[in-house]
Amino acid sequence: MTVAQLIEPLELTLLTPGTDLERAVKGGCVCDLLSYVMANGDNGMAWITVQTHLNVIAVASLHEFACVILSDGSAADEPTLAKAAEEGIPVLSSPLAGYTLAGRLYALGIR
Amino acid sequence: MTSGENQTFQEVRTVERSNFAAAGQISSYYKNVLKKLGVHSGVVRRVAIASYEAEINLAIHSWGGSMALTIYPDRIHLLIQDVGPGIADVDRAMQEGYSTASEEVRMLGFGAGMGLPNMRRCSDAFEISSAVGAGTTVNMDFNLLQEQPQEQ
Repeated sequence: MTVAQLIEPLELTLLTPGTDLERAVKGGCVCDLLSYVMANGDNGMAWITVQTHLNVIAVASLHEFACVILSDGSAADEPTLAKAAEEGIPVLSSPLAGYTLAGRLYALGIR
Repeated sequence: MTSGENQTFQEVRTVERSNFAAAGQISSYYKNVLKKLGVHSGVVRRVAIASYEAEINLAIHSWGGSMALTIYPDRIHLLIQDVGPGIADVDRAMQEGYSTASEEVRMLGFGAGMGLPNMRRCSDAFEISSAVGAGTTVNMDFNLLQEQPQEQ
């Protein structure tokens, strides 16, 4: 499954136009503690979080996550989105809660 | 580190106190360099994670410091040094969950007390020494020749 295929079921809005939405989503992670994500993240994950600062992109990039999904209608500021575009990490926002997003991801077969 | 070894690459970079915006730049750079050199992806990943944790630790806790990456034929060495304030109880700092980070830093999602344990977990050899007033030094090695250990 690709990032593009998550847009409709997860009610996502792309905040980083031009980033590659054909990246494969191989797993998921819901966490706002960056240290924990750093320790436990893995390549290809879709990361659901309400954190929106620059270091989110650093962690996503180091782990080569498929995308970052900002839950609960969270919006990222311009420096974060610019960094994401530079690193090629798609950042998407959803009005849904993290719990709901994780449930839908799981139902879509992302385990 | 033994002097006179046949090192093939060395780079030293400085990290400023409290510069969270820049944190991740050095580890990202290391990752790209090691990838270009054709280093095993598992090793690249472990060096990137350990160096990111070091960068964040320098930004959160230190008064400024430096990171040096040296590549030898058989291993990668990371030397992290800062100018203070030093860690009062190193054994405690190595315990997962123990942190002295500020509330502000915790709001950013750091300060979970996982940085040093994560560095030790990612490296093949880990050594830390610290003294209040003298600063902290961390040495880490990542083997290049042996079969890659599984991450725990």
